[in-house]
Amino acid sequence: MVTNTISVSETPQVLYALRRADDALILGHRLSECCGHAPTLEEDMALANIGLDLIGQARALYALAALREPSLEDGRANTEDTYAYLRDVGQYRNLLLCELPNGDFGRIIMRQFLYSAFIDPYWRAMMKSSDAQLAAIAEKAEKETAYHLRYTSEWVIRLGDGTPKSHDRMQAALEFLWSYTGEMFDTDEAEAMLQAEGMIIDASAIHDGWRTTVQTILDRATLTLPQSAWMQKGGRSGRHSEHLGFLLAEMQQLPRSEPGAVW
Amino acid sequence: MTPQTDALLRTRVLHALDDVTDPEIPVLTIADLGILRDVRVHNGVVDVTITPTYSGCPAMNMIALDIETALARAGIENFHVKTTLSPAWTTAWLSEAGRQKLLAYGIAPPQEGSGRGSLFGTVEVACPQCGSTDTSRLAEFGSTSCKALWRCNTCREPFDYFRCH
Ligand SMILES: [Zn+2]
Repeated sequence: MVTNTISVSETPQVLYALRRADDALILGHRLSECCGHAPTLEEDMALANIGLDLIGQARALYALAALREPSLEDGRANTEDTYAYLRDVGQYRNLLLCELPNGDFGRIIMRQFLYSAFIDPYWRAMMKSSDAQLAAIAEKAEKETAYHLRYTSEWVIRLGDGTPKSHDRMQAALEFLWSYTGEMFDTDEAEAMLQAEGMIIDASAIHDGWRTTVQTILDRATLTLPQSAWMQKGGRSGRHSEHLGFLLAEMQQLPRSEPGAVW
Repeated sequence: MTPQTDALLRTRVLHALDDVTDPEIPVLTIADLGILRDVRVHNGVVDVTITPTYSGCPAMNMIALDIETALARAGIENFHVKTTLSPAWTTAWLSEAGRQKLLAYGIAPPQEGSGRGSLFGTVEVACPQCGSTDTSRLAEFGSTSCKALWRCNTCREPFDYFRCH
């Protein structure tokens, strides 16, 4: 394999944009894997459409990162494509939740529900960002994530309050995913700097509203919120599960082996 | 170039763009759809601004290409097409003419205020074939990002609903 991995100058603004972009790209890629495999044609199209929305959001965020990143020593600049295709596992900044393997339809829906219940109010709050470009991305994304939340909420209720088998699978999906939800609300020094400038909001401020949304839907779905408080973390700093490597190997294979290939 | 020739050129541009339609809903021009945001002409240079309906809308690249082709065919050479995200496109920007064209094409136009919140599709959508409001949603996501799939319980025909957004 050609070693054409890029280096990235991760200023707080670049790091922030990459974290949000990586969440959207990796989760969007996971959903693209469902294409042709969902239980029905309608749900196949729904998952593909949600994936498409997320990849579109990722592109806007990568473009922003490229705009804000200081140019490299040799004068080259990163682009949407180099961020997506020419970074290694340890350079990815996405939530662990987004890279987990799909599993069954119940787990795919539950993962999307837990994420959408966070990211929709997150983007809504980000519409007030002092950074005009981030506010514009948030305004666009929020309209889409509102749909994702509605769609997944309906399926969580339908499957949770469905047959004993679908109920048990949804509860199992929830138990499996739960310890990966805490990372969504984390902030660090880099983000604190941007918060102080009013560019971004404090993700932890979304937590209580998220918990209420999740509890409301789980109640209607006759599912039980897990009690475990321990949360797995690492994605934001590049410490990933082994799953991400396999995902990237597939996603990056062509641009890695055929550098500069275009349509 | 004088302001008068710029204004004349702008009229030619708008006329040329009347031929550019959405590749997925070919009865709607980009002006009907509200994704043509701005046309500015200054000293003979044309700036066309478009905005995507959805972030990942795969039609945007094709629409930009179609705009370039339409302008070039009209003999206009000095132009730029750029994309803007803000203000974000909403279905409220669909023109009244656009709503009528959608209906005639068999797609139910968006019902304002039905975009978020309400679970299990409580919005009332009239069948574009027979006008009945006894309809039900089959799928939240239809054949393209901007449409949902519905069915009429009166005439039994399935139909696309342009999702409110
Ligand atoms: Zn009908």
